[in-house]
Amino acid sequence: MSWWGRQRNILDFTLSSLLRRKGKNLGLLLVYTLVVAALASVMLFLSSLRREASAILADCPEVLVQKMVAGRHDLVPEAYAEKIRDIRGVSAVRSRLWGYWYDPVTRANYTLLVPAEGVPPAGMVRIGEGISRTRQLYPGDILSIKAYNGEPLILAIEAVLAPESELLSADLMLIGAEDFRSLFGIPPGLATDLTLRVPNQREINTIALKISRILPDSRVVLRSEILRTYDAVFDWRGGMIVVLLGGALLAFIIFSWDRASGLSAEERREIGILKAVGWETSDVLLLKFWEGIVVSLTSFLAGFLLAYVHVFFFQGALISSVIKGWSVLYPHFRLVPAIQPREVATLFFLTVVPYTAATVIPSWKAAIVDPDAVMRA
Amino acid sequence: MRKSTVFLLLTALQALALGAFLLHASLARRSLLPQLQRSRRLAAALELTDLALFNEARYTRHPTQADLHTAFQDHPLALEHFPTGSLVPPPVPTRRAP
Repeated sequence: MSWWGRQRNILDFTLSSLLRRKGKNLGLLLVYTLVVAALASVMLFLSSLRREASAILADCPEVLVQKMVAGRHDLVPEAYAEKIRDIRGVSAVRSRLWGYWYDPVTRANYTLLVPAEGVPPAGMVRIGEGISRTRQLYPGDILSIKAYNGEPLILAIEAVLAPESELLSADLMLIGAEDFRSLFGIPPGLATDLTLRVPNQREINTIALKISRILPDSRVVLRSEILRTYDAVFDWRGGMIVVLLGGALLAFIIFSWDRASGLSAEERREIGILKAVGWETSDVLLLKFWEGIVVSLTSFLAGFLLAYVHVFFFQGALISSVIKGWSVLYPHFRLVPAIQPREVATLFFLTVVPYTAATVIPSWKAAIVDPDAVMRA
Repeated sequence: MRKSTVFLLLTALQALALGAFLLHASLARRSLLPQLQRSRRLAAALELTDLALFNEARYTRHPTQADLHTAFQDHPLALEHFPTGSLVPPPVPTRRAP
């Protein structure tokens, strides 16, 4: 008999054997699939967000300089910009004006920003799609904000930012510098922070060191750190979900270990009979190997497919609330599918290989014992 | 039909669906590329450093700008977003009031 013919016969026997304990095995298959689907959903969702963050923020300022007072951010004097401009390698320095405004109506924080170009005229504001949706504000409408001194600042909605950029701009309000300063009481000559443009990437670290030396009360944030932060944020949030799933995962591991390693009396008898009718130990091992493959491969593939549909067709509806945190203005955005082969391989080796090994090892122990002793046990 | 044939067909079908999803992922990425580039240009023009994902607090809205290593940033007993924040209770006062 050919090699493939032998494998097919053993596979037929495996499937018949599994179908004899239909309820138990279908239950295992279902739980296994759900565990893989849950883990793969978290993996796909976070992998997609991480990739999107690094793609979108790839052109953010190379260097940011903040002023620190007593361990907290403080307004930076624009005179700092002059000192930094003198450093060789810095092509541009701009003082940014931005901050937060808490809207008691929606109980959400908005980010107010004065753009470098295309600044809205005085008394006008451009808002993100998230604010427009939540506050029902559209171009031409009026928004009244309480300024630092209790006086209302009346702003007219000039435009709503494109919905496709919601991941960046859902809670953004773009206003003019004068309005910003009168809203928060920030005197001229002070800014929130400074952004630097450094054309030569190799000079960034040297420039950061020079800034720390010239302005010891400053904190320098590099673009590479910004991108690294997003990796860490999504890893941590993913980690928290995995911790929550940990209980379910442990229960599954115990269940499958018990199911796969603790051979039932019926299974021991089956192995004994097979040995008695002339099956070799290697045939029994092959049978158990196929059993492990049938259960784990089917569950892995089904779980991964379920996760893909869940994350990219239903926008991760079941897990997104955990990843969203407590955001009131969570942006509406379409996740760009990202499948990392390394992550799929890790998931495969963490789910399929241990289960298959757990099936084969106890069967090998039973298969090397005398058939008569196995059947009598 | 042999049981092994049914199993192999089902597995092939699953593998085919996986292949189709990989193709879907690549096509979707390509079709969303112009949108991604527009977002990238917006981030560059407005000098944005963070995604508008979590706007509940300063250090979640702009994690890259916040000093993440200062625990209890808002006030001494404010819950912070470190994993330890959900595990470590606030310190117990060592001296009791007379």
